[in-house]
Amino acid sequence: MKSWTTDRPFMVLILALLVIAAAMPLLAGTSLAPSRYLTNAVGQLAAFAMLALSLDLIWGYLGILSLGHGLFFAIGGYVMAMHLLKHSFVATGTVPDFLQFMGWKDFPAYWAGFENFPYALVIAVVVTLLVSSIIGYVSFRSRVGGVYFAIITQALVYVAMLLMFRNDTGFGGNNGMTGFAVVFGWPVGTEGMITALSVASIIGLALVMLACRMLVGSRFGALMLATRDDETRLRTLGYETLRLKLIVWCLSALIAMLAGMLYVPQVGIINPRVLSPELSLEIAVWVAIGGRGHLVGAVIGALLINSLKFWLSSAAPELWPFILSGLIVLVVLVFPNGLVDLAKFRLVRPFGPKHLALKSGEATR
Amino acid sequence: MKGVALLIDGITVQFGAFRAINDLSLAIDYGEVRAVIGPNGAGKTTLLDVISGITRPKAGRVLFDGAQDITRLPESAIARTGIRRKFQKPSVFEALTVRQHIEIGAEASFRRQLDGPALTDRVDEILETVGLESQASRLAGELAHGQKQWLEIGMVLASEPRVLMLDEPVAGLTDEETERTAALVRALKRPDRAIIVVEHDMDFVELIADRVTVLHEGRTLFEGSMDKVRADQSVVDVYLGR
Repeated sequence: MKSWTTDRPFMVLILALLVIAAAMPLLAGTSLAPSRYLTNAVGQLAAFAMLALSLDLIWGYLGILSLGHGLFFAIGGYVMAMHLLKHSFVATGTVPDFLQFMGWKDFPAYWAGFENFPYALVIAVVVTLLVSSIIGYVSFRSRVGGVYFAIITQALVYVAMLLMFRNDTGFGGNNGMTGFAVVFGWPVGTEGMITALSVASIIGLALVMLACRMLVGSRFGALMLATRDDETRLRTLGYETLRLKLIVWCLSALIAMLAGMLYVPQVGIINPRVLSPELSLEIAVWVAIGGRGHLVGAVIGALLINSLKFWLSSAAPELWPFILSGLIVLVVLVFPNGLVDLAKFRLVRPFGPKHLALKSGEATR
Repeated sequence: MKGVALLIDGITVQFGAFRAINDLSLAIDYGEVRAVIGPNGAGKTTLLDVISGITRPKAGRVLFDGAQDITRLPESAIARTGIRRKFQKPSVFEALTVRQHIEIGAEASFRRQLDGPALTDRVDEILETVGLESQASRLAGELAHGQKQWLEIGMVLASEPRVLMLDEPVAGLTDEETERTAALVRALKRPDRAIIVVEHDMDFVELIADRVTVLHEGRTLFEGSMDKVRADQSVVDVYLGR
């Protein structure tokens, strides 16, 4: 794989993200400034794109389909919500709704310390790594893969949803958690806060993209592709693929967690719906439509589908399931590699793999 | 170097009610090219699966280098002792280049073991051996069937294996490609390496093999030189005569 600096679609997307991230604060106050709704939507889209990247890393580059990535997104989201509520309580004395519903006087003991963001971040990372490494180790060690792994992850996210629907767990129950008053000491809902969160998400997305690109372009990335294409072959060459799969799986979970942490302050609420199988399935759809095994494809897929959803959810919400299913059928039948196929057909063909292989062959000789 | 490279000691493999290998014992020496032949279902590929750790035998042991019991080791550990195998169906990584394959074959570890120039030298040498120098930067998915066979041989060769197993290396190849492969296998013969070839093509076997083991229903039916194999009545009855 060529170096990321010469990967043109990748560099174009990174640059576009950085331009948008720079433009939003610069345009603030001028007549060209994006609306609060748009700024907020862009930030949420960036979080979804990061979630798509996390799945693409494990599915597109390692061939392991997870239909439960909402689980890790939710861990990040819930921990962030706990931090924001506790922080708001300490800063303004706002008592969270769910405590009042339950008639509890105080936060449960395990909420201690969550007002401290570094502590919350460490908890999120530890819980994500714990959950992902247990799922990964048990499954990969028993050589569970393919559709069985997809079903297991789907079941796990559903179990987690049922658990979080319970009101007595101390995580907000079916109403979830909302009413965040302050973020890092600043009141929420102001123009500046909305822009700041959006910009942070976009820059976060760009950084995660860069990290993923460097990983898949490395020697380790070549071994990931080898595992995807023929795991038995790689194992009988002396490579313990269990370790490789576990590392990438946990990394993917961490990226999904980060996306959840960025998403929650922007949407202002978290509830067990993020653990519904629908969201986890939809992530796979974003990646499939964008083109799995292509980081740029996954990001564009997530951005396109979610923009469409944002727009349709106000214009014609009842049409959404039909459009989404139609797109899936189209991808399966016509563009098996998603939008990447479309792009190759029109734009990238003269620079297609054969052409490039020939050119680099001449260069090395 | 003389001595037994691989000792297969009373191996039995059972799939449900079917006994694929039945109390099979076999010794393969360093420096020899051993062909394993036999009708379909005789247990040839299963034998290679047992040696490489993919299939666990119900009974018996596999000893490497006279002493090391590898029967219960995971596949990757077996490979790292120096036992490498080419699969029946050419198994390559479609998305990687030819050069990357040889590099992966040469190192066998997530950490780099050879420094840059040493690795480049090794890869160039292997590419020359298997005749793929001009294809180094092509993706494996674009190669022709015969080239994939050689690429996989190159990949298993890159680690300088002590035991090299080739499962049907000339299946689907043209006569010319078969001849090239025979020359390649003969060139790989070394005093400190044992080569095991599973093959149906008798002319190819004749060209390369020092000794031939004929398997039938999971047992050794005959062992000896190709001339003797062709002359043996029991072998003709179950295999060659058909």
